[in-house]
Amino acid sequence: MLGNTQKLHDLITKFLFFILVLLAFSACRQKQEITEGRADLAISPDNAGIKVPDGFGVIKVADSLGAPRHIAVNSNGAIYLKLRKPIDGEGILYLEDQDGDGIADTKKGFADYGGTGIYVDDNYLYASSDEEIFRYKLNADGEVTEPYTADTLVTDLVAYRTHATKSFTLDGEGNIYVNIGAYSNACQEEDRTLGSPGVMPCAILDSAGGIWKFRADKFKQSYAEGKRYATGLRNVVGLDWNFKLNKLVVTQHGRDQLNTLYPDLFDQKTSANLPAETMYIINEDDDAGWPYIYYDHYQNKKILSPEYGGDGKKTAGENAIDPIATFPAHIAPNALLFYTGEMFPEEYKNGAFIAFHGSWNRAPEKQEGFLVAFVPFMNGKPSGEWQVFADGFAGLEEVFSPSEAKHRPTGLAQGPDGSLYVSDDSGGTLFRIVYTEQ
Amino acid sequence: MVNIKLLKDIIPGFSFVLTTIFLLNSCNSSGKKKESSTNTNIQNVSKPVTKAELPPYLSEGKKVYRQVCLTCHQANGGGVPGLNPPLIKTDYVLGDKNTLLEIIIKGSEADLARDKSEYANVMQGYGMLGDEDIANVASYIRNSFGNKAEPITASEVAAFRSAIKK
Ligand code: HEC
Repeated sequence: MLGNTQKLHDLITKFLFFILVLLAFSACRQKQEITEGRADLAISPDNAGIKVPDGFGVIKVADSLGAPRHIAVNSNGAIYLKLRKPIDGEGILYLEDQDGDGIADTKKGFADYGGTGIYVDDNYLYASSDEEIFRYKLNADGEVTEPYTADTLVTDLVAYRTHATKSFTLDGEGNIYVNIGAYSNACQEEDRTLGSPGVMPCAILDSAGGIWKFRADKFKQSYAEGKRYATGLRNVVGLDWNFKLNKLVVTQHGRDQLNTLYPDLFDQKTSANLPAETMYIINEDDDAGWPYIYYDHYQNKKILSPEYGGDGKKTAGENAIDPIATFPAHIAPNALLFYTGEMFPEEYKNGAFIAFHGSWNRAPEKQEGFLVAFVPFMNGKPSGEWQVFADGFAGLEEVFSPSEAKHRPTGLAQGPDGSLYVSDDSGGTLFRIVYTEQ
Repeated sequence: MVNIKLLKDIIPGFSFVLTTIFLLNSCNSSGKKKESSTNTNIQNVSKPVTKAELPPYLSEGKKVYRQVCLTCHQANGGGVPGLNPPLIKTDYVLGDKNTLLEIIIKGSEADLARDKSEYANVMQGYGMLGDEDIANVASYIRNSFGNKAEPITASEVAAFRSAIKK
């Protein structure tokens, strides 16, 4: 009798313990899953540390992804990410959310090369290494099932140490536009070397420092089969086809080191704030002027580069195009996306989101720009100043060195429901920004 | 007997509460990071270090570092991920003096046992700096950012230069 009571008591005790642990865990889960508006989405209660405008929420889709660069979401909401370096032989990741809470539940990988560019349309996934662009057939579910039978669309692009990544986009008419970054800061005889003059004319422009156009349905194309679509672009990481304008739009990483290379002409503060990061609408055969000029957004002028005799005041580049928008120096626009979704409020429609990676070349000044910006567009032109859309990626009030930043925005993609996805190649996190009000 | 039984009841009950508090708490604190103090050098509390006692290469080397190296390797020596390597406790910074001098004098032309794609930037050679400046900046990086290694002298720089003729 006594033994039985004891047993019962133990059982109750164990049960109680179990319930308590369960309670504790579910409290924990609930905290992360407070959902408003959009049904089952697991919006992070603190928006995963990211500051977004009122009415928006942030879901942490996945973390520990390595260094995801550009991203693409297919029509069923699954996400492709291009990794800078493959992990266990996998350079493209495929994430799926099975239960609709927005958090990825399954992860698959393939493609044994690193890179930056990725793009998906109804039939194919496209991805780039630093020298090539590949195409993978999608099945009816939007999934790559035969990763080993990729077609090589473009090959043998130059890739040296600097600005080697190949960002690209498509125009919906079977053309690919790929950035071939200049393997140099400002085309000096000796790169980034004090006192070394600029090469005249800059020979790098023959095979890099611009956008090249290729067909999306021809194999093994290289320079001979492609066309230099635009030149004088130092390095374009973020680019997108604007279907309203039916034109390519690009963002350029401006030159570095005005002070360390020309200490007599530029002090450290000036060098931290010049030149502008720039956005251009590109027409065929446009020249944006690199390396001969840079854009000074205080004077609103194209200024002759010091490597070519400039002094910070002399203007040049009469035939070079002007930017349609400028941003603070060195903050590194790494992705551009024209928003066409239905989820966000009207003012976002057809405007440009830009993922800024954050600066390093402002040192010893404070580093800036670990954020996602927005530029409103009307009738195919910016209709207002750029604004901060999502901030706080660095996880610190003040960043003096980019290695301190927790997250660095690198890729953008729009989901079929109009969500905005943001990848981070420093913390390895994928964020999804949603509008929570109906 | 009854008392002991009661106690037995209370203790596990209490531990449940503790476990719960602990679990809830761990859920709250995840994601928070403790700020680490940068002031680790507190050995000399009794004998305060005055500025004058700092070896001159630290202040002189810092000037060179700020003017030419800081832009890439950053104020904290942490470098820029994927672009410029950190100078914190690496073999190249702390190890063989001539290897370090070779990197400073030849820049990216120096033979580093590393895949060139790991850091996408290029470093120019700083052979145009004088022996004194090179010695100072080398000694400065060997004794900053938490590093500790024997300083390099101007005559060691001169000897290395005449050996490689640069
Ligand atoms: C333009 C950017 C830049 C500047 C300016 C620069 N470096 Fe470097 N530094 C680099 C890069 C990039 C590497 C990596 C070289 C490689 O992997 O081939 C490097 C490597 C090094 C290394 C080896 C680090 C390691 O342990 O891996 C040392 C030491 C170093 N630099 C010191 C200096 C000093 C001292 C100065 C100033 C006199 C300086 N650097 C200026 C970019 C720079």
